[in-house]
Amino acid sequence: MPEKQRGRYAALAIAAVVIVVGIPLWWKTTETYRAWLPFSEISELDSLQLQLSVDIEVVFSRGTLTPEQQKKFPLSHVNEKEHQVDAKTGLRYKYETRYRTATIMEEDALNQPTAAEADLSLHMLSESSCGSVVVYVIPESSTLLPEVRFRAFVYFYILKSLLKLIMLIPAVYFQDVKVYVGQRRTALLRSPPFKTSWNLKEVLSNLDVEVEQVVSTMSFGHQDIVAALSNRVRMTKVTKESMADSMRAIKSSPGYEITFSLLNPDPKSHSLHWDIEGAVQSYIQPLLNKLAPIANFSVDSQILYYAVLGVNPRFDNSVSAYTLSADSLSHVINPVEARLGSNAASSNPVLNFLLYVPDAHHSPLFIRDHSKREVPSNAFHSPRWGGIMVYNVNEMYGPEAERPVDININMAKVMGVFLAQLRLMLGVQHTHPPTGFVLQSPGSAGLADWELDRLLWSRSVENIATASTTITSLAQLLDQIGNIVINDNIAQQVSSAVTSLQSAVAELEAGNLAFALQYSREAILASERAFFDPSLLHLLYFPDDQKFAIYIPLFLPMCVPIVLSLLKIVSEAKKRRADKQAKSD
Amino acid sequence: MDYYNLLTTCAFIHLLVSIPYAYSNYVENKAGQFFSSGHTNNWAVLVCTSRFWFNYRHVANTLSVYRSVKRLGIPDSHIVLMLADDMACNYRNPKPATVFSHKNMELNVYGDDVEVDYRGYEVTVENFLRVLTGRLPPSTPRSKRLLSDDRSNILIYLTGHGGNGFLKFQDSEEISNMELADAFEQMWQKRRYNELLFIIDTCQGASMYERFYSPNLMALASSQVGEDSLSHQPDLAIGVHLMDKYTFYLLEFLEEVHPASQANMNDLFKVCPQSQCVSTPGHRTDLFQRNPGSVLITDFFGSVLLHDMKQLVADVSSQKPKQKDWHPPDGFILGLWTLILLVFFQTYGIKHLKHIF
Repeated sequence: MPEKQRGRYAALAIAAVVIVVGIPLWWKTTETYRAWLPFSEISELDSLQLQLSVDIEVVFSRGTLTPEQQKKFPLSHVNEKEHQVDAKTGLRYKYETRYRTATIMEEDALNQPTAAEADLSLHMLSESSCGSVVVYVIPESSTLLPEVRFRAFVYFYILKSLLKLIMLIPAVYFQDVKVYVGQRRTALLRSPPFKTSWNLKEVLSNLDVEVEQVVSTMSFGHQDIVAALSNRVRMTKVTKESMADSMRAIKSSPGYEITFSLLNPDPKSHSLHWDIEGAVQSYIQPLLNKLAPIANFSVDSQILYYAVLGVNPRFDNSVSAYTLSADSLSHVINPVEARLGSNAASSNPVLNFLLYVPDAHHSPLFIRDHSKREVPSNAFHSPRWGGIMVYNVNEMYGPEAERPVDININMAKVMGVFLAQLRLMLGVQHTHPPTGFVLQSPGSAGLADWELDRLLWSRSVENIATASTTITSLAQLLDQIGNIVINDNIAQQVSSAVTSLQSAVAELEAGNLAFALQYSREAILASERAFFDPSLLHLLYFPDDQKFAIYIPLFLPMCVPIVLSLLKIVSEAKKRRADKQAKSD
Repeated sequence: MDYYNLLTTCAFIHLLVSIPYAYSNYVENKAGQFFSSGHTNNWAVLVCTSRFWFNYRHVANTLSVYRSVKRLGIPDSHIVLMLADDMACNYRNPKPATVFSHKNMELNVYGDDVEVDYRGYEVTVENFLRVLTGRLPPSTPRSKRLLSDDRSNILIYLTGHGGNGFLKFQDSEEISNMELADAFEQMWQKRRYNELLFIIDTCQGASMYERFYSPNLMALASSQVGEDSLSHQPDLAIGVHLMDKYTFYLLEFLEEVHPASQANMNDLFKVCPQSQCVSTPGHRTDLFQRNPGSVLITDFFGSVLLHDMKQLVADVSSQKPKQKDWHPPDGFILGLWTLILLVFFQTYGIKHLKHIF
């Protein structure tokens, strides 16, 4: 019967259209747009194997080695150390050491009367690359290094040789200076005693211990690198001291805002003038310029009137001054913080430096530490927040002076304290140099080159660790939640972050510290931008029962006739076959 | 003999010189002990999700927690306050510019220094999740962002109308417990908190923290699944219920906490037992690494200021102690009149009673 036949074909055709056209169309139109991401490369980044290469140059000056020992120069040697921090992170330190003798110009430079001048002339001869260390070995008898490092008072010097003879006082207090670390990347090392009968190998192995000490001071230390990896690695084995250090220094960020505030609670008595712009230009800006590869800095300043501290200082009769005890210091900042304000346009972390001039009735004001001693700088700082310094002006005028008194603040003293606090807070690590080391103070540059190198090492590692965890967790998140739309710009950010990360790791391996830092900065910027993109918000969580509740009323009425008609066709076909079978029998 | 004396004097000098170094080590050790809580700054995200005048109590709840947190030291720049409706300046408020938390209008939690970051229709599920995860458009100002880092302790307080597994926002949308758990996981992945305390005061509040799976989370809720959280007292002058029971007793508890107090989380878990609250408050600490007994209230509700090498001291309140209006106790007037009557009748004798009645 053609009618039934047509009906059968119609049902089959509808079922075919539904399955062949309908289902793919429905799938495609309800799909979320997800641009392609390099998931395989990202999973490779999950296990991070970092290699840090340091270039070390050891230069022997005249008189340290015999001519036979010098025959094999120039010589180079590679030392590698491996540490597996956890299952997914491994570190390898590669020290490439080159040994050579000093050139004539270097010998002339080393003939200067003091170590500081020698350092300066050595620097003018050649510029060492970022991240490298140069050690000049000078004869034991050289007068270049100061002889005694004073720990005790001056008159102990007289007893020094006598007591060293008796060997009752530990030598640590009267150690000869062994190493002088200069402002750039050079160090002067007093040669340990060599026997002339030793061959070169023995000399070098003897020297290696000293050189290693110098390198770990001027370049990175293992604990610093592990602390920099804290974003990736669960810190269970870290020491209390390095955890305290990591809590103290501010996290790596693309920019920082530094605010200097002058608090004048008593404008009726004191009319304060501070040349903040000049002071920032001469003291702070050189440090910030040197730290430019690490982050952008913006500096601003303000003056707050009638801003009082949250604590009433107590009058101490013994020194006839007001004192703030250590316990009350934490009460000081909170009431002021509400009035400090910050730059609303940026989300960068803020470092506040407050200069408080006590009012006339509470002058002079001193800060006492826990042992009730006066803090010499009259300042304290709070990790990741900023610092406060109390500046007493009561000595600058007498009781008969006309109020308000004009006072010019001595910016040099103030900036000295703030600069030291700023260095600590930006993570310029507080090096505890081993005994016998003398570190030259950086002076007007604010930061020695090797201190900058240390910061660059830990910042590069920190940036790489953070960027890799960000990218891997973003990939994991996007994988897990199938509903999030991945736009093209996010895919592009992720790809660029991955390539920058790979370049940064490669540059670290090659030993180009400056490039490694630059790539790591780009990687972290791109990964943060990708992770915090506003479009990646998963708002729709559909429990399974809700999904069924939405689709069943739409598809069930459509599917029921189709399925039933298919079933009917199948049952009819079976019946016909059975009939045919019966007929043929 | 002489050599022996010389030896002892030299040893003594050595000891004298080395004592200051030992002391500085001791101070450092104390600092190390101190840093065990692991946080350097505090943040608070306080959300009220309901609108309409009859939900006055939810705004009062949120403002009470805001007030306590500010009093204990967290500055406005570290608080993200989201209020879905304006009760203080509502046309139906008989006392404008006030939000009371107690009958007899004892405590005005609105105060005179409130900074609301998200107000009215800005309080949506999307904005709440954006604040938590940090995925805000670049034009968002600083005061509307949660700029926490890996050393921040965050307090999150939610209140409103809720059900089993969801919390209603603005009467038009809901946030589910799974979305909240995912948001916290994203915060953990990006190290946006050190420890997080989650408090929720809604019906069936415990269902909202069931699905958490990120570490370092502690949660408190005002009622278990299947129970309703009840409101505390209506005020006949204002005409609505002023606060919810759980937050009322929480506020009472927090008013006793001062910045140097050593009250810990176990005390907080005991706030509002079933006899007072009718519902059973619940809490969840299995994801939290430290022992709740060692966690101070001020670790989350107050603000921390660490000094370099100095021992941590909790913060100070910056306001004067609150002035309570004094009402004479209720029985006093009655007693006074009884006394007057007794004296009168004693003086003039009881036979005059019949002239009065």
